[in-house]
Amino acid sequence: MDSILAFVSPGILSQILVGLSRTVILFIVASGLSLILGVLRIPNVAHGSLYMIGAFMAYTVSHLFGGGTAGFWAALVIAPLGVAAVSFVAERSLFQFLYEREHLMLLLLTFAMSLVFGDLVKLIWGAEYRSVPVPAHFQGYINLFGGLPFPIYSFFLLVMGPVIAVLLWLLTNKTKIGKISRAAAVDREMVGAVGINVSWVFAIVFVIGCLLAGLGGVLVAPTVSVTLGMDHTLIIEAFLIVIIGGLGNVWGALLGALIFGLTQSLGILIWPQFGIVFPYMAVVIVLVFRPTGLLKSTW
Amino acid sequence: MKKSLLGSKLLWVIAGVIVLFLFPLFLERFYVYLAAIILLTGLCATSLNFVLGYGGVFQFHHAVFYGVGAYGTALMILKSGLNPWLGFIVGPLVAAILGLIIGLICVRLSKLYFGMLQISLGSLVWAIVYRWYSFTGGDDGIHGVPLPDIISSPNGAYYFTLIITGISMLILYRMIKSPFGSALQGIRDNPVRSEMIGVNVRFQQLLALTIAGFFGGVAGSLFVVVDNTVFPDMMFWTLSMELVIMCLLGGWFSYLGPMMGAAVIVLLRTYVSGITVYWALVLGVIMMLVIFFLPNGVLGYVDEIMRKKARNT
Repeated sequence: MDSILAFVSPGILSQILVGLSRTVILFIVASGLSLILGVLRIPNVAHGSLYMIGAFMAYTVSHLFGGGTAGFWAALVIAPLGVAAVSFVAERSLFQFLYEREHLMLLLLTFAMSLVFGDLVKLIWGAEYRSVPVPAHFQGYINLFGGLPFPIYSFFLLVMGPVIAVLLWLLTNKTKIGKISRAAAVDREMVGAVGINVSWVFAIVFVIGCLLAGLGGVLVAPTVSVTLGMDHTLIIEAFLIVIIGGLGNVWGALLGALIFGLTQSLGILIWPQFGIVFPYMAVVIVLVFRPTGLLKSTW
Repeated sequence: MKKSLLGSKLLWVIAGVIVLFLFPLFLERFYVYLAAIILLTGLCATSLNFVLGYGGVFQFHHAVFYGVGAYGTALMILKSGLNPWLGFIVGPLVAAILGLIIGLICVRLSKLYFGMLQISLGSLVWAIVYRWYSFTGGDDGIHGVPLPDIISSPNGAYYFTLIITGISMLILYRMIKSPFGSALQGIRDNPVRSEMIGVNVRFQQLLALTIAGFFGGVAGSLFVVVDNTVFPDMMFWTLSMELVIMCLLGGWFSYLGPMMGAAVIVLLRTYVSGITVYWALVLGVIMMLVIFFLPNGVLGYVDEIMRKKARNT
């Protein structure tokens, strides 16, 4: 441990860990967005709303189960499924009629949906701040590198990130639905021509993408105050991550989230007042040199 | 046939301007304020439509220029100590320069990528304004900007807004009808062919982005006159989306469409948010209905009917 500290100061190291746990949230949400962009070609602005709904559902579920530890684990399972149900209804009632529309219209339409979702959340949960308690066994801090306190819950996030990444890789590469959806991303007419019901493939991919948004919302809930408007900044960040990673590329989303999370947390260290400026600057620099993102886009 | 249709349109516009000039004589103060807000928001939407509808460029974050114009004007008046009228030149100019800079970075990209990079750069500007407490007032914004005497009264502010908006709308209209405007529309419809016949696509688009930034900035400085405040939410991306909706609602391809869209949205927001806190829900549902049923906007729909009538007679 001491050998690490000889090269980097403990302040920077802990800030990197903070950045990495933020990266996990960003990656989970952005990978869902990327999946939907890659396969369905919908720039889904309402994705951020589903993240917010996930966080609010986590609040409700965890309170139904009496808060605390049981509440958290129940929320982690039930809330993403609830978000998936909401997105399934939205997909079957609205989105499935829109796949052929041009991107500008889709962007506006999903923005309209995000407005509707935002007000529905206000209607159901009200405009107050909500908080989800951190489960008992993740409470507290551990001392890192000789005396730096680091929240245990963030370690849990750091474990969740790779787990989700591996699951997503297995889903897209090893399962039938993953293979079909990758084929549909390249040529949807051909997939339809070989007798596969493309409409349902799209529905499943859409629901999985939204489930990831909901999962991100649940995971972030114990670390922030759950409130209206938490979707507005996140959706812009998620879009930028997907763009710098390469549209539709899940690994690009991971790379983009890493860049975004780390520049954000290290930026605060360099220049506390303008810390939020750094990730945007990183995006600009990436796009100036690689206009279509770092990794290969499916578009 | 076409000429008489055009003539009747001109008559309508003249009648409209006369009515607008008479507004303060018979309307209450609040409605005069509302009319001024509609005019300047309409100017902002029209300047957006200049690049979005006529230029085919995905300018997703136009509100930045609106906000920067407003901040430029307000800060110039407050901090420079120079002639306050100078603020109304500096604000739009700063917006135009920003339009050029953002344009230079984005113009190489196509459609959706352009839009997303533009949103990212715009958010960067927003983040700076939001955090720079010592200069911009941070998230509180700036209240009570001192104005020259003539335009500090509600009616003075209204007439100033009306005249500047009128002149700006006229200039933008002339530009669309000029060879430059035709080149722009040509680029929108077929960039490759335009390039082939010798149009410098990037240069024309950059010029259009700079002009749009300038007039967005003009709308912003008019907001300072009418409302006396500036705040960072003026350049939050959701407002930009609302501007795009205004263009869509009124109609991309009719010149006065965005102005009309702005009127509808501003009026709805004022009255619906008086009745219920769920204004965004109403706006969202209206947007969905427009996208599904009136993809060319309200004026586009009226135009279509007029044309059908003209064909029948």
